[in-house]
Amino acid sequence: MPLDLVCPAGSLVSLKAAIDNGADAVYMGFRDNTNARAFPGLNFDEAQAAEGLRYAHDRGRKVLLALNTYPQPDTWSRWTGAVDRAAKLGMDAVILADPGLMRYAARQHPDLRLHLSVQGSATSYEAVNFYREHFGIQRAVLPRVLSLPQVENVVRHTDVEIELFGFGGLCVMVEGRCLLSSYCTGESPNSAGVCSPAKAVQWKDTPTGLESRLNGVLLDRYGRDEKAGYPTLCKGRFEVGGETYYAIEEPTSLNTLDLLPEMLKIGIAAIKIEGRQRSPAYVAQVTKVWRAAIDAVKNNADSFRPAPAWQAELNKLSEGQSHTLGAYHRPWK
Amino acid sequence: MEMNLSLGPLLYYWSRDDVLAFYDEAARWPVARVHLGESVCSRRHLLRLPDWLGLAEQLAAAGKEVVLSTQTLIESESDLKTLRRIVSDGRFAVEANEWGAVRLLSGAGVPFVAGPTLNVYNPETLAVLAGLGATRWLPPVEMSRVTLAALLQRAPAGMETEVFAYGRLPLAYSARCFTARHYNLPKDDCQFRCLDHPDGLALATREGEPFLTLNGIQTQSAGVYTLIGELPALRELAVASLRLSPQSRHMGRVIDAFQAALAGESGGADGLARIMPGPPVDGYWHGRAGLEHGPEKGGAC
Repeated sequence: MPLDLVCPAGSLVSLKAAIDNGADAVYMGFRDNTNARAFPGLNFDEAQAAEGLRYAHDRGRKVLLALNTYPQPDTWSRWTGAVDRAAKLGMDAVILADPGLMRYAARQHPDLRLHLSVQGSATSYEAVNFYREHFGIQRAVLPRVLSLPQVENVVRHTDVEIELFGFGGLCVMVEGRCLLSSYCTGESPNSAGVCSPAKAVQWKDTPTGLESRLNGVLLDRYGRDEKAGYPTLCKGRFEVGGETYYAIEEPTSLNTLDLLPEMLKIGIAAIKIEGRQRSPAYVAQVTKVWRAAIDAVKNNADSFRPAPAWQAELNKLSEGQSHTLGAYHRPWK
Repeated sequence: MEMNLSLGPLLYYWSRDDVLAFYDEAARWPVARVHLGESVCSRRHLLRLPDWLGLAEQLAAAGKEVVLSTQTLIESESDLKTLRRIVSDGRFAVEANEWGAVRLLSGAGVPFVAGPTLNVYNPETLAVLAGLGATRWLPPVEMSRVTLAALLQRAPAGMETEVFAYGRLPLAYSARCFTARHYNLPKDDCQFRCLDHPDGLALATREGEPFLTLNGIQTQSAGVYTLIGELPALRELAVASLRLSPQSRHMGRVIDAFQAALAGESGGADGLARIMPGPPVDGYWHGRAGLEHGPEKGGAC
């Protein structure tokens, strides 16, 4: 089925909000560093995961489990244990990044469906087909770095279903290939399941403005009339060549509603909404808009135009109240 | 086997003359191995693949082991075309920097080096690579000594380990070119501004602290990673080779400093500090934030 809507579930309440508002599938993580949103208070223990699965399956929807950090040598069994639990619970798929773990999953649980996580950094069909040949992956989530014609070229050269990010936080770097967070704090998405971790964040009101720091490194300073966002490292203002500006990326969100007809035409299998760390209310609102948009584009792709009300709703929810088409749209690069 | 030195791929964009002069000198440096090729940006074209292959022949004739290093971020069909030409050349070893290259190399039955961006964090993934024909590997630059030691306890037999031991750390790759962005130029018309920054473009915080280095689509650390003081620990782990990453000035002296340290001479670290393009960092090795220096807070900073 093309353009399945895959929504974030950071908690049972969010999972239900996503299902009730029309998600075809939700994705979740266990409550440890086996997934790339290892935040305090987030994610599922086994009982909650079972309840979430029941809720989704009763309504004909799917649950995907993100096990998308890279297993560490001393704690390898934590990741294999998570794969075993996923199989036992009846997860519809596990989303993996590490080839060693994929090999384990493919050997121990041949019926468990495997998705390649965006953290696997596969940007070409040669890479995607590698995971297909060796581990039998069924779907790959592509990093947010390719233009749509490049995505189309991947789709044309593989049997693997392709999932794209549609909305939410925008990684400007190739996912799985970004160590900025550990350079600054010691913890990265790859090894610790976090980016710019909250415990390293410091806010300070100073005579020159409100300062945000990450492990002591000044990420930004806000004037009285400026709205301060979460200090994600790549979205700070820095000095380069005597100029102070957003040297890497503005605090903005990805929003690809405009591209839905092309994504349908290319044959994209699923659209992923980022944001397991966001509130249930956010998940409900975003899911509702995207359900309506995907239904509309499937109904008639030629006449599809995003409703102004959808865009207004999404803009309200966006980081920095602005959005971008990101790398899908070449001039962004 | 005694640990040897490996010259990493050139990560910056230099004039053709500067590149040729650099490798002309490299032929005489005490490095066992030289990595060649464009691994960062496909728009950099002052040396094309045939030029790199010509350099490879020269360095091989000078007694160096030559490894062709592949592009880390593959985006287009033309990137794949270059990759296929490298794989099919067959004269030299190849370093795979993403899994598409691994697929092509293992398919062709060519032994290869597993580069640091393949994200090998555990022995199981290293075993997958060994089965596909990898003979040498590099851990991700963020890996600590303790984690590397744990991994190597169960490493596949015969696999050589090379560790990134000197240079600005390659930390991230993007579709966006941050150098072009700095000049308000679109990536497709970047006017090759990287040529003006032979050691990258410095990025500092708003209070003037050096933080990162912009190198086209790659982001590096501002600090210069150096493990020159960690040779005993590296030997204990049976690391086969130390990777030194090229910088535009004093590279020969950097190599001499490491060579002297390998020979047991002391004082190399002090000499090195005077010719580094940024402050020393080694936090990753000690299991701390990468930008720190020394084994503990308030240590050798």
